[in-house]
Amino acid sequence: MVSSTFAMEINLMKRIPDSLETQKPQQKIALSVYDVTAWYGDFAALHNISMSIKENQITSLIGPSGCGKSTFLRLFNRMNDFISDFRVSGTVKLNGKNIYSKAVDVVQLRKDVGMVFQKPNPFPKSIFENVAYGLRIQGINNKSVLEEKVEQALKQADLWNDVKDILKRSALALSGGQQQRVCIARCLAVEPKVILMDEPTSALDPISTARIEVLLNELKDRYTIVIVTHNMQQAARISQQTAFFYIGDLIEFSDTEKLFTNPEEERTQNYVTGRFG
Amino acid sequence: MALIFIFNIVKKEFFIRQLLGLCALLTVLTTFSIIVILLVEAISFFDKVPMSQFLTDTKWSPLFTNKHFGILPLFMGTMLITGVAIMIALPLGLSIAVYLSEYAPSGFKKRIKPLLELLAAVPTVVYGFFALTVITPFLQKIFPGMSGFNALSAGIVMGIMIIPFISSLSEDALSSVSNSLREAAYGMGSTRFQTAFKVTVPTASSAIIASVILAISRALGETMIVTIAAGMQPRMTLNPLVPVETITAYIVQVSSGDVPYGSIEYQTIFAAGIALFVFTFLLNNLSWWIKKRFMVKI
Ligand SMILES: Nc1ncnc2c1ncn2[C@@H]1O[C@H](COP(=O)(O)OP(=O)(O)OP(=O)(O)O)[C@@H](O)[C@H]1O
Ligand SMILES: [Mg+2]
Repeated sequence: MVSSTFAMEINLMKRIPDSLETQKPQQKIALSVYDVTAWYGDFAALHNISMSIKENQITSLIGPSGCGKSTFLRLFNRMNDFISDFRVSGTVKLNGKNIYSKAVDVVQLRKDVGMVFQKPNPFPKSIFENVAYGLRIQGINNKSVLEEKVEQALKQADLWNDVKDILKRSALALSGGQQQRVCIARCLAVEPKVILMDEPTSALDPISTARIEVLLNELKDRYTIVIVTHNMQQAARISQQTAFFYIGDLIEFSDTEKLFTNPEEERTQNYVTGRFG
Repeated sequence: MALIFIFNIVKKEFFIRQLLGLCALLTVLTTFSIIVILLVEAISFFDKVPMSQFLTDTKWSPLFTNKHFGILPLFMGTMLITGVAIMIALPLGLSIAVYLSEYAPSGFKKRIKPLLELLAAVPTVVYGFFALTVITPFLQKIFPGMSGFNALSAGIVMGIMIIPFISSLSEDALSSVSNSLREAAYGMGSTRFQTAFKVTVPTASSAIIASVILAISRALGETMIVTIAAGMQPRMTLNPLVPVETITAYIVQVSSGDVPYGSIEYQTIFAAGIALFVFTFLLNNLSWWIKKRFMVKI
């Protein structure tokens, strides 16, 4: 899928992780960002960011509050577009296609790039209808197809056994952790290529968090996952690569193990050891 | 010192509580005495006219020599005009609400909402004459056989009047839907339209239904427009092009005439009044019930 011109472009990028043992041999690039600067009005929230995110693995974004992690994450499904004075320059590519080009259908893009938010936000509908939502808006209304896909998504989200007898009950009647897994199932049901997660466990208790971490580890075989987290242990536990942001700059991006144990930059070192932030 | 201070506060609190309680009591008493008066007069009406005749007779002519006391024609007139009004106000009011909350820039919304609410502030007598002198002549060009007084123009104008009840209250309800749900919907690849009609409107549905029921209650009780424009002829019909009479218009008709106090004609006012009261009361209960039911579901 990676075209030769695209490969050349990657070579131009600042930080390309060296091929390390942990890396799968022919791992493709799912998302690539080249020289991206993003503004809210006159304020540049991201400065000249370049990085590429590999397919079928978990990439963590860490950094102190306000450093631009959410802004960066929301580039990939163009959720920032809703903010009226938001602007972006540079290129962001999904599977080699610039998602900010005029020809891109944003609605279609968001079907390929799903998102899970910080606070569980299921619709005030039944569990079934929540998971079926994405299918219904694509015009799929066949009952048996819906049932099959909903079951499959709930199983993938590790929720099927909890809810298989109460699918008609409101999703809001579930616990926070279950609600978040409904949101994950809702996202999986439409089979996106990429899943963006913005602090998906920060509103959850440790047990629900652990369950979702196990889940993410399974999901990475089928999806590319980019996750923002404030919990450095979490980043260390679940992700293969980690990017450290600081006041709008990408300070360091490398394999998770390296970033946490032997970072190149002093600022990274200070942050991961808890000396600031 | 401190003790006296606390004591003063306690005494003041006590006094304020009593005062507020008294105000509440006053409203309850007023409502209660209205019901009692309605009931007393209505009971003596139903002494002379059996309830079965009141509910099933299809003629209403208490002011003629051949007296009939069937509430159905008045009820039908009321429903017909309210129906027309809701058919105008519901689609318009709801579209306006969705447009303002999901599409319009917030600056525009802030300016347009008070303007819309002005619609409800126009004196109803003005609406009545607007219906009679503008809408009816216009409609007569479309429906040549239409009479000068009719249910249609009264209903249309009443619909315009109650638009803000639906648009404003529904807009409040839609705006109070959490943005996190909109984000979820857009994040799934919903269009604006899908987000509005599959997520925000259903989420706000109980409050929207309550606003519609409030608008219906308002339409049922509306008096001036129908008195002026609808014709004051009790008639059992669903044809909106002919004159009809509503319960409220009948009450005005009798109250402004010179029927002797205590006569059967006089007592029809209370019978009609209590019919309207029961009807709106049921409607309000329905709205309360819907709200509760949907709340549990959500
Ligand atoms: N809608 C907005 N309008 C203006 N400035 C914004 C907006 N959203 C974010 N910012 C600013 O952009 C910068 C980056 O914000 P962002 O939300 O991406 O940070 P973050 O790293 O996700 O922080 P946190 O960890 O607290 O979630 C911050 O300085 C923030 O104040
Ligand atoms: Mg954030």
